Amino acid sequence: MNAKIPEGKLEDKWRNYQAKSSLINPANKKKLKVIVVGSGLSGAGAASTLAELGYEVQCFCYQDSARRAHSVAAQGGVNAAKNYQHDGDSVWRMFYDTLKGGDFRSREANVYRLAELSAPLIDHFTQQGVPFAREYGGVLVNRSFGGVQVQRTFYARGQTGQQLLLAAYSQLYKMIRAKKVTMFTRHEMLDLVVIDGKAKGIIARDLKSGELKRFAADAVVLATGGYSRVFRLSTLAIGCNGSAIWKAHKRGAYFASPSFTQIHPTALPQSSEAQSKLTLMSESLRNDGRIWVPENKDDNRKANDIPEEERDYYLERRYPSFGNLAPRDIASRAAKERIDAGHGVGRLKNAVYLDFKHAIQQFGLDTIQDRYGNLFTMYKKITGIDAYHEPMQISPAAHFSMGGLWVDYELMTTVPGLYAVGECNFSDHGANRLGANSLLQASVDGYFILPNTINNYLAKALKEEHETTDHPEFAKVEQEVQENIDRLLAVNGTKTVDHFHRELGKIMWQECAMSRNEAGLERAIEQITQIKANFWSDVKVTGHDKEMNTELEKALRLADFIELGLLMCTDALNREESCGAHFREEFQTPDGEAIRVDDVYSYVSAWEYSQDQFKHHEEALDFEFIEPTVRSYK
Amino acid sequence: MKVTFRIWRQESPNDKGQLKDYEVDGLTEDMSFLEALDHLNEMLVLKNEKVIAFEYDCREGICGQCGVFINGRAHGPHDNMTTCQLHMRSFKDGETIVIEPWRADSFPVVKDLVVDRSAFDRIIEQGGYISAKTGTAPEANAVPIGKEIADKAMDVAACIGCGACVATCKNSSAALFTSAKINHLNSLPQGKPEQHQRVLAMTEQMQEEGFGHCTFTGACEVECPEAISITNIAEMNNRVIRASIFG
Repeated sequence: MNAKIPEGKLEDKWRNYQAKSSLINPANKKKLKVIVVGSGLSGAGAASTLAELGYEVQCFCYQDSARRAHSVAAQGGVNAAKNYQHDGDSVWRMFYDTLKGGDFRSREANVYRLAELSAPLIDHFTQQGVPFAREYGGVLVNRSFGGVQVQRTFYARGQTGQQLLLAAYSQLYKMIRAKKVTMFTRHEMLDLVVIDGKAKGIIARDLKSGELKRFAADAVVLATGGYSRVFRLSTLAIGCNGSAIWKAHKRGAYFASPSFTQIHPTALPQSSEAQSKLTLMSESLRNDGRIWVPENKDDNRKANDIPEEERDYYLERRYPSFGNLAPRDIASRAAKERIDAGHGVGRLKNAVYLDFKHAIQQFGLDTIQDRYGNLFTMYKKITGIDAYHEPMQISPAAHFSMGGLWVDYELMTTVPGLYAVGECNFSDHGANRLGANSLLQASVDGYFILPNTINNYLAKALKEEHETTDHPEFAKVEQEVQENIDRLLAVNGTKTVDHFHRELGKIMWQECAMSRNEAGLERAIEQITQIKANFWSDVKVTGHDKEMNTELEKALRLADFIELGLLMCTDALNREESCGAHFREEFQTPDGEAIRVDDVYSYVSAWEYSQDQFKHHEEALDFEFIEPTVRSYK
Repeated sequence: MKVTFRIWRQESPNDKGQLKDYEVDGLTEDMSFLEALDHLNEMLVLKNEKVIAFEYDCREGICGQCGVFINGRAHGPHDNMTTCQLHMRSFKDGETIVIEPWRADSFPVVKDLVVDRSAFDRIIEQGGYISAKTGTAPEANAVPIGKEIADKAMDVAACIGCGACVATCKNSSAALFTSAKINHLNSLPQGKPEQHQRVLAMTEQMQEEGFGHCTFTGACEVECPEAISITNIAEMNNRVIRASIFG
């Protein structure tokens, strides 16, 4: 595996790379076409910037408008090493925090570049009109997030993702007006077209008419987001899916560290079988809220009736120095441990309390309202409960996928001409992502990195023939897509798509989420194989394919999730160590902390697909500039 | 919990469409409204019927994709809330709940409860952005922006583009949506160079799309999930006048 890391000192690598990469003159850029799949922060950022540079861009999203992409839902903020607070922050410190937060399972060069480009990104979004929070004197404000000791998070109320996305969306429409981007809303990519080993286009389904369409280009960029809906219940949008990257994987792109998925500790608990979504409550609540469960098992008293001495503030007990602000992976696992031990609360005994009683006593109701008012209102809208008077009930939920398509330093996958940006790639977060780094990575990939690296490939493509959709490979792939749809509609079984998704979700949540073990993962692989067989013999989808058919859309996505679930379990089984969000029960200290095995597993796993089998490759991680240490939050 | 959903069914844009009744049992009070519709769709599949097409994505009130008329109100019985935030506990056992798509000429029905809101995108296309290329930005703190100005810009930038303002307005006016974007950008120093051009082009597009005029009934601000105030429309009108004189 060649990651194409440039030569030189860490701080010189990106500059060296840019100095040596190929350029294309503006007249020639016009002749080159790029497809961008996805219109979130990374997709809209890439599409608009590539169009500004002169390329012909076609951009696709499955929603009714590019403004709906799930970047919109990120709450807390975006990190940048500006050191505006004069608190000792620097690019180096941000690089180190991110690498350590990821438990030393990502590349030094990539992470350094992420930190290096963070400061210009804030300039960029400010110029685009993002109303970041300000001091009275007019300068930008920062706050803290988990896992760091400086204040480097920029934010726009609790709607930072929305504001960054809307800025990206507006730039996208600026370039649509300039006729440099053609936008295809309500279009879903269903397969990748590879000609002579290179990515040359996609097959997409028009979700309004159901028609399959062919699109050819000189390069294809996937910006399709995360795949945590494999668990069914997650903080993701219902439409989020892994189909584009899965189809690319089946066409030759390696999939890296698929089992690295982040479980967020503070979401609203599941309340019924019919539930479709777990709403996130911002990590910032853990600044003032205290997490606890009743000391007695199956305690059925109301929270306020349980006296102080019968409450177990388990994070403060286990991690006295970080307490309630322990990182996400640690806090989620600790909650699961208490719930599994019979101390869970709520109607389904699947939650823990997040209590503001002491904070209200200490700071007063007004201060707490001022800090978290919108979150308390949201909590009340959804649960009907007033959290100023009784504790919130929260529970861990699937949230982010650090894993994704393997990409090199140029963000190119193992299929030449196919790029992956944002959450759908595996690059910077290692085995655990720090809060407020996802908006950063998506934006930096789309705006700053890809537009600089894609030239190297396109400069060569310029000299080759531009494929059109008349190439027989397009007809062949389109036919395969059609056959897959026909096969699905022909099953005409007795169970709904959601039935199978619930089954898959339960297994993935039980065996491949916060803690994993060999027997469980082996069992999961068997069970998912069975689900796959049952799905293809007993699923029922009504309606037909040449119309708007939301049930068919769900079925196609689920078919890919089932296969992805198998790969996730295979990867988790392979990695016999605990690191970040990947916790193997066999590899823990007597008091339940992770044991990392650096001499064997200091690598990125990269899986190749070949005829229903997954072949394992390794990209060794060489730490040239820092020394991996044991993460401790005690 | 058991309710009757009376739902607008329309095969395609040119189909006439009609309301149809569905009795749904086995609901619980803590189910969200959209989950109740999911439940109904699963029942329909098992009965070999076509599912009801309705829109959603994030299901946490921020993407703006969901939105239907429920018992005659945009996004249902509560003020300032999206459809996905609505729960079944807001309805009575045995109630008949009427569900219709957004009704506005500029939002044609695609299928059942799904409408085409691309007119909003085309309004943005006419100037809902700042013309600055990636890579040209000055240092972020170089231009100070007072907290009051930034906060006010954020109040309107919060618009989720759901279209409830249009759907609830008797004139099907898009004035609240358009004013939110204009006031967001025009009140910030970064948006000043293009301010006059922006306000004229965007309001012209708004009319070209067939949205009606605003008569200040205030219906929109009651339904707006982000509680954007109608004073923004007055501010936009003021900007239109200034742009026609100074632009």
